Amino acid sequence: MTERSAFKTAVVAVVGFWIVAFVFLPNLLVLVASFLERDETAFLRRVFSLGAYRGLLDPQIAGIFTRSMGYAAGTTALCLLIGYPFAFLLARNAHRRLLLVLIIIPFWTSSLVRTYALIIVLKANGLVNALLQAAGLIQEPLPLLYTNGAVFIGLVYTLLPFMILPLYAAIEKFDPRLVEAGYDLGASRLQVLRHILLPVSLPGIIAGSIMVFLPALGLFYVPDLLGGAKSMLLGNYIKNQFLTARNWPAGAAASMLLTFLMGLLLWAYFASLRRSGDPGGGLAR
Amino acid sequence: MKRTAGIVYMVMIYGFLYLPIAVLIVYSFNDTRFSSNWQGFTFKWYAELLDNRMLLDSLGNSLLVALISSLVATGIGTLAAVAFHRYRFPGRKLLYGLLYVVMMSPDIVMGISLLMFFILLGVTTGFFTLVLSHITFCLPFVVVTIYARIADFDPNVIEAAKDLGAGEYQAFRHVILPLLLPAVASGWLLSFTLSLDDVIVSFFVTGPTFEILPLKIYSMVRLGVKPEVNALSTLLLAVTLVSVFASHWLVKENRR
Repeated sequence: MTERSAFKTAVVAVVGFWIVAFVFLPNLLVLVASFLERDETAFLRRVFSLGAYRGLLDPQIAGIFTRSMGYAAGTTALCLLIGYPFAFLLARNAHRRLLLVLIIIPFWTSSLVRTYALIIVLKANGLVNALLQAAGLIQEPLPLLYTNGAVFIGLVYTLLPFMILPLYAAIEKFDPRLVEAGYDLGASRLQVLRHILLPVSLPGIIAGSIMVFLPALGLFYVPDLLGGAKSMLLGNYIKNQFLTARNWPAGAAASMLLTFLMGLLLWAYFASLRRSGDPGGGLAR
Repeated sequence: MKRTAGIVYMVMIYGFLYLPIAVLIVYSFNDTRFSSNWQGFTFKWYAELLDNRMLLDSLGNSLLVALISSLVATGIGTLAAVAFHRYRFPGRKLLYGLLYVVMMSPDIVMGISLLMFFILLGVTTGFFTLVLSHITFCLPFVVVTIYARIADFDPNVIEAAKDLGAGEYQAFRHVILPLLLPAVASGWLLSFTLSLDDVIVSFFVTGPTFEILPLKIYSMVRLGVKPEVNALSTLLLAVTLVSVFASHWLVKENRR
């Protein structure tokens, strides 16, 4: 009995220590820092202040946020629009094992490398312009790179696999006979989508949206490499507060906003799981 | 007709995902520095990598960080998965929940939280802080991979070992661990890939004296397209490809 408790205590202690030290405390620090004042030398002054949060309401900064939210929402919507039919076709395909691996590979591939690959394709003498010119559609190369459009394409390109995988996981479990039953009972295509497909795949839709929406706010190197001088995400703003402006409270408050959004989305995810009657499935396993 | 449309659609998506990568790989063998046209096959950009001391150093640093942090993360993660599955202890749900928070939270939040933490503790950022941070973001992936595997176990096997007089450690060492080995290896490979490819967290927690490959690539790419970067990126892609296939194969083999 003593050996049992020694091993168990050691395991729980190591795991507990690691999570508390490198997850809980640093995140608590962000929360605390967001309510303190900025200090030129020591980074933080121990004075309670809501200044950092008030700073977020500054029109210029609020503008960065709304634009960043727009990018993230647009990216999520487009990934969902492209990814949903794709995940559906994938789940029905006879070669789905191999095809799934072909989605998992870009999922794990460095998104920096993939962003770089996109530069090669989009640049003035790149593949896309060359093809358009060869087809006689344009005379001069289009300025595709260093635009807001390129940032948008970059985000969709980088994050699409993160939408497809959770969608696939949700749709794969789905029994296709439910759709047939729906048609047999006289439902229209729209009704089948609305009352059968969407409710069943809702956890996958939300899980995918979390995995696309949050990174789309933070991936600072995408606008850095693909965007113009003014393309900026929330991530770029946070990065600048820590590395250039040295304003920790401002950066921490912006980062708390991200954490808050994550909390909200996770809550929606677990609520959807409960409603779809699969409390143990998917991420919650 | 409907079937054809579906196939065309899938081909288009795979084209979208793979075409840029394919172009990158092809260009890494293209014998020209500036033109985008094909000027003949060459290994010259790969050969030039071998002469670039700075790139080789950063590659060495990256491999070292990835190796150490993936091994430690796998060790702790394996124990954690077993503990979460077998033991009931106070704070169990909270700790497991925090692992999910790590997995879902945006990299940038983790990067800045660890940066602040290390600076306030007075730790100099560099190799040490990189390893600690990489272990932390790899940990949940290891735990989830292995936890899924333990959940499939026949609990009677462990009970049998106990009945035969095995202690908790002995049961872990001789029964649980051998059964888990494919999942452990798979978790390790994924951690290695994650660590090798990370940009955002590393960006904050590394110091000026310790350069790693993704950050080196990042600073090179900001200055434009270079054939050396094409070659380097192709190599990085190859490592990812091998890890993903190996990890996938390990999990699949074991499910049979």
